[in-house]
Amino acid sequence: MPPVAPRSGDAIFASVERVNAELFTLTYGAIVRQLLTDLEEVEEVNKQLDQMGYNIGIRLIDEFLAKSNVSRCVDFKETAEVIAKVGFKMFLGVTATVTNWDAEGTTCSLVLEDNPLVDFVELPDTCQGLYYCNVLSGVIRGALEMVSSYLNGRLGLSVDNLVSMKTEVTWIRDMLRGDDAFEMQVKLVKQVPEEYPYKDDE
Amino acid sequence: MAAIYSLYIINKSGGLIFYKDYGSAGRMDTNDSLRLASLWHSMHAISQQLSPVPSCSGIELLQADTFDLHCFQSLTGTKFFVVCEPGTLHTEALLKHVYELYTDFVLKNPFYEMEMPIRCELFDISLALAVQKDRVALLGR
Repeated sequence: MPPVAPRSGDAIFASVERVNAELFTLTYGAIVRQLLTDLEEVEEVNKQLDQMGYNIGIRLIDEFLAKSNVSRCVDFKETAEVIAKVGFKMFLGVTATVTNWDAEGTTCSLVLEDNPLVDFVELPDTCQGLYYCNVLSGVIRGALEMVSSYLNGRLGLSVDNLVSMKTEVTWIRDMLRGDDAFEMQVKLVKQVPEEYPYKDDE
Repeated sequence: MAAIYSLYIINKSGGLIFYKDYGSAGRMDTNDSLRLASLWHSMHAISQQLSPVPSCSGIELLQADTFDLHCFQSLTGTKFFVVCEPGTLHTEALLKHVYELYTDFVLKNPFYEMEMPIRCELFDISLALAVQKDRVALLGR
């Protein structure tokens, strides 16, 4: 059977079940508020949101793969494009743009002009250090850690070159802090050889 | 009529996290199913290394006199495989569908722990529907 063609973000978005956007936005807002009450420290809330996002990401990635039919990306550039165009569209209903690549092709920015998480949000003075959307960066980090890619720059797409992607995701611009868009920097920090690195002849 | 004998799901480290048999043929006890799962995991890994095809993702079909074994591995490393009557059609579509059911009813269950044996009733129910003979044929369309 020939491989099934990957589906576009729009096509998947049209076919998956959706919830009311306000219910989603308000639920997320309530979670952030509760975390602020429980943890008191803004820094701790950032960490907690990131951890929650990570836990979501490691599960969500399978749904993404199952429903989008995307095949293995050949490099990190393709990975970033797929996240921006298919991943964001499928789960958030918006698309991101990928910019600011560094020379090695291991760091880039995902820019969100529109972000349904912050529809009604105004950050009070007491929460200035809060990365309100930190759950998103956690999701990306978790999801990428679960999939493997071919080691960047190596020729020959062999299974020997398969690595799992460890990333660092940081916020560069945040509309809640007065910037004109949301921008997160995704940095591929380490590619860990996965599965069977054992070789008899080494 | 072609029949599905049994269905296995193994996690990325080779542990059996789900096993179900359908009908009497090829029924196995718990020890045998665990053994088959870890054996298949290793054989799958070896096949990737031995394959003359570059970027081979492992064995997809094992054909024997009395059964066919179809395997699907997701990009996250979870393997789904069915043992079925020789010549059973539409098993790729079935495995793909089982993967979707797994993401919907197992991974989205907040009380399911990753990489652990699957005990989710909703998954069992939807799986039972999918594996019914006439349904499998529908998936192929």
